[in-house]
Amino acid sequence: MRIGVVTFPGTLDDRDAARAVKYAGAEAVSLWHGDADLKGVDAVILPGGFSYGDYLRCGAISRFAPVMTEIIAQANKGMPLLGICNGFQVLCEAHLLPGALTRNHELHFLCRDQTLKIENTTSAWTSNFTKGQEIVIPLKNGEGSFQCDDETLKLLEDNNRIVARYVGENPNGSRNLIAGITNERGNVVGLMPHPEHAIDSLTGPSTDGLPFFTSVLTALVGK
Amino acid sequence: MALDTVAIAQTSPDTKQPFAELGLKPDEYARIKEILNRRPTSSELAMYSVMWSEHCSYKSSKVHLKQFGEKAPHSDALLVGIGENAGVVDVGQGYAVTFKIESHNHPSFIEPYQGAATGVGGIVRDILTMGARPIAVMDPLRFGPADAPDTKRVLPGIVAGIGGYGNCLGLPNIGGEITFDQTYLGNPLVNALCVGVMRHDQIKLAKASGAGNLVVLFGAKTGGDGIGGVSVLASETFGASGPAKRPSVQVGDPFVEKVLIECSLEIFAEDLVVGIQDLGGAGLSCATSELASGGSGGMQVQLDKVPLRDPSLSPEEILMSESQERMCAIVEPKHIARFLEICAKWDVTVDVIGEVTDGDRLIITWHGEVIVDVPPRTVAHEGPVYNRPLAQPDYINIVNAQVIDVPLPKTAEEIKAAMLTIASTPNLADKSWVTSQYDKYVQGNTILAQPEDAGMVRVDESTQLGVAISTDANANWSYLNPYEGAKLALAEAARNIAVAGAKPLAVTNCLNFGSPEDPGVMWQFAETVRGLADGCLEMGLPVTGGNVSFYNQTGDVAILPTPVIGVLGVIQDVRTRTPMGIPAAGLDLYLLGETKNDLAGSEWAFLHNQRGGQSPTADLQREMKLIDFLLANNSIFKSAHDLSQGGLAATLVEATLKNNVGATITLGDVGIELLSETPSRVLIAIDPKDAAKITYPATKIGTTGGTSLTINGAEISLDELRTVHTSTFPKLFG
Repeated sequence: MRIGVVTFPGTLDDRDAARAVKYAGAEAVSLWHGDADLKGVDAVILPGGFSYGDYLRCGAISRFAPVMTEIIAQANKGMPLLGICNGFQVLCEAHLLPGALTRNHELHFLCRDQTLKIENTTSAWTSNFTKGQEIVIPLKNGEGSFQCDDETLKLLEDNNRIVARYVGENPNGSRNLIAGITNERGNVVGLMPHPEHAIDSLTGPSTDGLPFFTSVLTALVGK
Repeated sequence: MALDTVAIAQTSPDTKQPFAELGLKPDEYARIKEILNRRPTSSELAMYSVMWSEHCSYKSSKVHLKQFGEKAPHSDALLVGIGENAGVVDVGQGYAVTFKIESHNHPSFIEPYQGAATGVGGIVRDILTMGARPIAVMDPLRFGPADAPDTKRVLPGIVAGIGGYGNCLGLPNIGGEITFDQTYLGNPLVNALCVGVMRHDQIKLAKASGAGNLVVLFGAKTGGDGIGGVSVLASETFGASGPAKRPSVQVGDPFVEKVLIECSLEIFAEDLVVGIQDLGGAGLSCATSELASGGSGGMQVQLDKVPLRDPSLSPEEILMSESQERMCAIVEPKHIARFLEICAKWDVTVDVIGEVTDGDRLIITWHGEVIVDVPPRTVAHEGPVYNRPLAQPDYINIVNAQVIDVPLPKTAEEIKAAMLTIASTPNLADKSWVTSQYDKYVQGNTILAQPEDAGMVRVDESTQLGVAISTDANANWSYLNPYEGAKLALAEAARNIAVAGAKPLAVTNCLNFGSPEDPGVMWQFAETVRGLADGCLEMGLPVTGGNVSFYNQTGDVAILPTPVIGVLGVIQDVRTRTPMGIPAAGLDLYLLGETKNDLAGSEWAFLHNQRGGQSPTADLQREMKLIDFLLANNSIFKSAHDLSQGGLAATLVEATLKNNVGATITLGDVGIELLSETPSRVLIAIDPKDAAKITYPATKIGTTGGTSLTINGAEISLDELRTVHTSTFPKLFG
């Protein structure tokens, strides 16, 4: 299996995402923002960072990168696509996922080990979890507060599209403690916390992040 | 003001020049005229004034700093020593590590966010310039009293600036310190450290050699920020109706720096540069003169080729601008096409602004007219040197004669109260409010980060080779005895490296002091340098570089002498690192080392407003024995935590709260044993069966387990301890 990891100018966690893909047993393929060629990958990860400095609005410029045109087209055909942190913001800007990520309610960057509850185990990136499973992975962002209108929130809740929720105190003011969501089809997932930093207890708080990356292999094999 | 050229300068020797406003003394101005055999042009005057400033020339400190060379211990590990942008150390397996610490104190007081942010940006470029990929940062900070209104202004801004810039660069922030003291009110200290890694053959130096090679400026466009004193010249350009006086604090753009890092590393990987220098303090003046001075000496620069973001800048301002995120490289003509291609890939602005010549002059032109024609060494490396008067200040004998007289806890109630005070006082309280604003995970190689004794990052994933860094200073001891204070800070930093399981290798420093024109401050400085040089020689640790920050004072009141010492260590396998937190119940706790009555300069004395007494004497032989023991027996330690500020009391708070594992402790002279700050001590947790392996003077003080910390019968629940420990910062700054 070959999983693409996109680098935009200002992407930071691309090497970490590639490492997580390798830990999961797949081949990581670097994809450059300016290159519309997806190199025949089976799935794509948009990693965290501050693409284009996040100066206009997080992800607002990256969604127009040449590589995104092809990614959006493939995702609409069912290719698994995971956006982590800045990648989640790009997915919302690209309208592959609803809602928006806004400034944390306490108005500063927050990096901490965060407990999450997995709510959806049918998406392409969460099938190797058990429903209700609690995991601890790093959360680190300045603009991670998930916001959407009431109608969208109801749609997400009613259709089991909340992938993971924060447990305990709300770290950033997200509606309904939402940490991650998926699209209707379940192939596109946006996640604010960072599973790629929790694949080895030597360098992260746990290995709880690894199932996100093994799930997609299960999904691809089952296709 | 009309363009001042060399031709005009030659024919108008008597033109009055604002040298004093630019910070030059009359004799310094006279020396410039002597060097040039004429009056300087306004551009030359600007260059000399900024390059001969204390900040750039080290004119007051040079005579002392040379001890680091004279007393340097033999070290096979040192690949590049003092004088380059940063020292480089061999850590084995073909890897070289470069690290350095710098101050950004004054800008951070004026504009906390940008001052701190550009402090990170500057030190990261110094590391990048050596050819290394930056892999981690850390920031020792000092502020006025925690509850002072100005601290509430500067601290949140400085923390946000460090996070805002460093997080956006993708560099894990793995350590640092925060200390509060009255003397830092109005003089906050913002020291920034960066560490980078490269292969041995990738080391780059700041030199321009090879006539015909091109001088290339790449990165951000040049603007009017950071011009500072040179606005004296600029103001004449515009008159009253022109643009307002320019900001003298630089404004950072971390996105541009991140792209510049990746672009530079790609250029280095293809070996496309002969020499390279970043543009920091003194901007192009510094970069061109240092590159030329480091090479054969000849360089021609067309200043009008510099890409500007403000087209109204005068040549003097362009030379002085401290716009961030810029680099200057020397490139062979055959490599320039590829160089430009890589810059284009990363959307990095780049222009060829000149070339290396076979002469020995740095010649700068502005639209064809020569505005600078100088021997570059006289600008960059042969500035004035002062042997400033120094004298032991009167306070030394007075405070050294004082005897510390503070109440010490005896009863269970008093012990509990003391523990809660130590756990919650701003100097020792939990710093998560600060450190949670920094990304510690990015790059996926962070092994240890704050609040651990040392920060540790993995260098090679396949071999698990890693490096550890610790920065330490104890200004209270340096105030009482700057010579011993420097040695004690060195000993503590080295101990923190060894506690984590790494072998100390090399030293960097950031020496923060008051005005060098005060003989008492100069004495503190001289004693500090002597202590550090002696200490490094005794411990066999070379000084690889450093930074001096003078003039940290308000009126007559200088800051406490604050030498921040950084020690770098190497660990062969990061999986063997020792964390500070007690991991489990059923372990025995031992205190390594001997506890004496060392309350002078302690946190407990500080809490009782007592600043006198005599600092401990550094026993570096004992320290080295302790370090050897720690390294040889690393495998039996389930946890290990250094004792420093706050003594055993503070160490117990941190060691128990980290993993929420309690302990039951029995002490003899409980007040002294909890609160004394005798150096060379470490708390370790071991399996009881390993007791016989402790071959260093040690005392068993207790066992681990439970949900309380109990000391001589005084029981404090970990929940209560955690509440007071973690609520101080949110209450003050949240």
